[in-house]
Amino acid sequence: MSEMAATPVPLPAKRRGAQLLMLALAVGITMFAYANVGLAMNGKVPAGMLTYGLGLGGFMLAAYLVLAKFAPWADPLILPLVTLVNGIGLVIIYRIEESHARGTAGASATNQLIMTGVGVVLFAVTLIVLRDQRALQRLTYTAGFVGLFLLISPLIPGLGKTVNGSRIWIGFGPATIQPAELAKIALVVFFAGYLVAKRDVLALAGRRLLFIDLPRARDLGPVLITWAVSLGVLVLQKDLGSSLLLFGTFIAMLYIATQRTSWVLIGILLFVGGAFLAGQIFDHVQARFEVWLDPGRQEFFDRELGGSAQLMQGLFAMGAGGILGTGLGQGHPYLVPLSFSDFIFSATGEELGLTGLMALLMVYALIVERGLRTSLAARDPFTKLLAGGLSFLLAWQVFIIVGGVTNLIPLTGLVTPFMSQGGSALLANWILVALLVRTSDAARQPPPQAIQNEGLTQVFQR
Amino acid sequence: MNSTVKRIAVACLAMFALLMVNVNYVQAVKADKYSEDQRNLRNFYERYAVQRGRITAGGKEILAQSRETDSSEFRFVRQYTDGKLYAHITGFFSPESAAGIEAAENKLLDGSSSDLLLRRSIDLFTGEPTKGANVDLTINPRAQKAAYDALRASGKRGALVALNPKTGAILAMVSLPSYDPAELSGTDKSKVFARYDVLAKDKSQPLLNRAIGQTYPPGSTFKVVTAAAYLEDDDSRGPNTTVEAPQRLPLPGTTISLPNYGGAACGAGQVPLVFALEKSCNTPFGSIGMQLGYAKMKEQTEKFGMGEQIGVPMSVTQSDFGPEEDKAALAMASIGQRSNRMTPLQMAMIAAGIANNGTVMKPYLVNKITDSKGDSIEDADPQELSEAVSPETAGKLREMMVSVVNNGTANLAQIPGVQVAGKTGTAETSDNRPPHAWFISFAPADDPQIALAVIVESGAANVGAEATGGHTAAPIAKQVMEAVLKN
Repeated sequence: MSEMAATPVPLPAKRRGAQLLMLALAVGITMFAYANVGLAMNGKVPAGMLTYGLGLGGFMLAAYLVLAKFAPWADPLILPLVTLVNGIGLVIIYRIEESHARGTAGASATNQLIMTGVGVVLFAVTLIVLRDQRALQRLTYTAGFVGLFLLISPLIPGLGKTVNGSRIWIGFGPATIQPAELAKIALVVFFAGYLVAKRDVLALAGRRLLFIDLPRARDLGPVLITWAVSLGVLVLQKDLGSSLLLFGTFIAMLYIATQRTSWVLIGILLFVGGAFLAGQIFDHVQARFEVWLDPGRQEFFDRELGGSAQLMQGLFAMGAGGILGTGLGQGHPYLVPLSFSDFIFSATGEELGLTGLMALLMVYALIVERGLRTSLAARDPFTKLLAGGLSFLLAWQVFIIVGGVTNLIPLTGLVTPFMSQGGSALLANWILVALLVRTSDAARQPPPQAIQNEGLTQVFQR
Repeated sequence: MNSTVKRIAVACLAMFALLMVNVNYVQAVKADKYSEDQRNLRNFYERYAVQRGRITAGGKEILAQSRETDSSEFRFVRQYTDGKLYAHITGFFSPESAAGIEAAENKLLDGSSSDLLLRRSIDLFTGEPTKGANVDLTINPRAQKAAYDALRASGKRGALVALNPKTGAILAMVSLPSYDPAELSGTDKSKVFARYDVLAKDKSQPLLNRAIGQTYPPGSTFKVVTAAAYLEDDDSRGPNTTVEAPQRLPLPGTTISLPNYGGAACGAGQVPLVFALEKSCNTPFGSIGMQLGYAKMKEQTEKFGMGEQIGVPMSVTQSDFGPEEDKAALAMASIGQRSNRMTPLQMAMIAAGIANNGTVMKPYLVNKITDSKGDSIEDADPQELSEAVSPETAGKLREMMVSVVNNGTANLAQIPGVQVAGKTGTAETSDNRPPHAWFISFAPADDPQIALAVIVESGAANVGAEATGGHTAAPIAKQVMEAVLKN
């Protein structure tokens, strides 16, 4: 750490021109893909091409302008990369919708485009309102309370709705919101603020066991509480994904804050223990494990609840795509249930192939690593933790859902960030990106020049 | 905190690396296993992803074609213009199987044949979707229609095959009862399979192509073969050679004797060969068979193509003269009874062989195969199958068969202005059903354009005398011959 600080960091350039170019490229790739779908499926460029292009391009130009004005030093890569993933998601949803196949009635690229617009508005509002991310530190406990409330809100009678066996939705009339998506950001803010305040205490060594310094028993409180909340989400809402997402992110942030490997080990032990217990008690957790171990088994394939049919259809889709994919509009990705939301990654794999998925994963990895780079460059512990936590949250979410649909790990329902159809997640993730952009702006801004000698004062202009 | 952030960065990279390795595993290593999985519907949809070629008759009449749909699952569905009429020729194209030409020429129709490699390569460059090759059949639509209508008018089950005796081209092939191939070519699996089960269990066996897939005792039509063997055995024999024609032929080693049809007398006990054929007497031919012996009879049958593995391209059930037994059995087999079993196609080939101066041509259905752009892939190449009898013998047989139509049992097959050669048959069946009515013929006798065989199952009407096959089957044959000749 000290070594890092000693090296003089060259002042970063704003790179606004490069960002605009890359943004145009991201919109261009999306347009190209959109035309591709229309040509393959109907033999002509889609009628809505212009509206669509102007829509997405306009939103992104607006986002760019707000960013250039209110966060001029921000990382130039994050926005174009997110735009690209968002755009590809829109194209896949459009393609699924166009198939008019059974079970795809829920797919609506128009809705998703509108939601993207709202997401960009929230992105802009966040950047405009939140001029200094450190202001969030003062809201630590408010954020914690809001996060917790959002998390448990689906359990409130009359407000919560059960969809597909999970109670993770709240409804106002026809509109439904998945509050856990917003809760996760509030909770990362809370974790960051809380851990900055308590990290010295939490880092205190207790007893030494073998080569690990255990924390003191009395400091286990926060971990146990988070663990209990995560288990609560799992048990009461049957939402494996959010539970795992929340707990994993907390452990990663705890590790960043305290630099204690023992916390990671304790976290893993608690998680494994909790998962094992849940597996013993709850059929649906048990079912996910069975399916993970042998998804092809006919008995699991035919099982109505907690069966492997959807997973297998996803794998069939990816297998059909092979190395180069069938080409947009030329495969049968709509055969996968929820191919436009939870399983959009499999659908993409069928039509864009291994090549497309590798590129997509690379784009996600780049977003995450840019976020973590921001964390490294940040000047205060809260910003470091916030940027690190948000980046890890994104990586962890991609890992859980993509690992799930490719059967690397047991499948737990989560949205694929920026791609899956669904307003709540898209809005939450655009806020997350706004926070990353805000922190990167702070981190990359040249520090105020110390006035050494009034007589030699010079005015630098960049 | 930077050191831990860096470690988290490495951990994140490791997670993405794991995902990438796993995606490679799924899409490159396991892909084949997934695509072979029975539960993967893509294989099913793949059947409908390519525009299958057309099946046509006579170069223009479309029997089957693929129509583009709006559905993304089933891009092209199969249509049959006159389904029932051509069902046993075109076959069907069901979700999991196919029959007839649809099955036999599947690789060309769906464009996957290596013969279409060049076309596919060109399509790849020009960006055109691959289409299957078009298959044109030798079927004469008018003859087919005449055969189908005439046979159906009899109200019985049966089959008819008509050949061009000079080339072996199949001009008509009908089997009744028929089915609608459209019902078996739908994309709704459960509906198709349910319909298939009904058809498969139907006692009248509508799915069976009787023309090539069923053997029957040929009855008196087989006397033509016995006569051929008799004439071949000694060049000096001819239509007027006198043969023994007792009222009953004692069968050696048994207590029974072979009567003529209805127990009637055949002339004065000694008749010319041509008279025996005209009146379709049993005793002379039973006696000839015993006189020639099993080996010579079987050899003559084989010379007409029996025992040969034939694909038209659909494979043809083998006909069989029957095993070597005692003299009594040989006498019965020589008049087309006992274990003697022939397909209608085999009987048509016998007529065609005699018509074509003794040379049997290999029967075939496919006239021409062209790729989607009309370039020829394959043209029919008529081939000799065997030399059944010498041209002299063929001439004598022809003379006698003409006489059968003009003076004998087959007068209902006469066509004004055209010399028709034919032979009737009434085949007893082992069970207690009425006998089958047969007729084989060719015309015009001096320059044959068509040779055919028709069988009407249990179709022999009770009209007395020997005229049963002639009564039911010969008029059907006449209508088909007229359809071909009166162009």
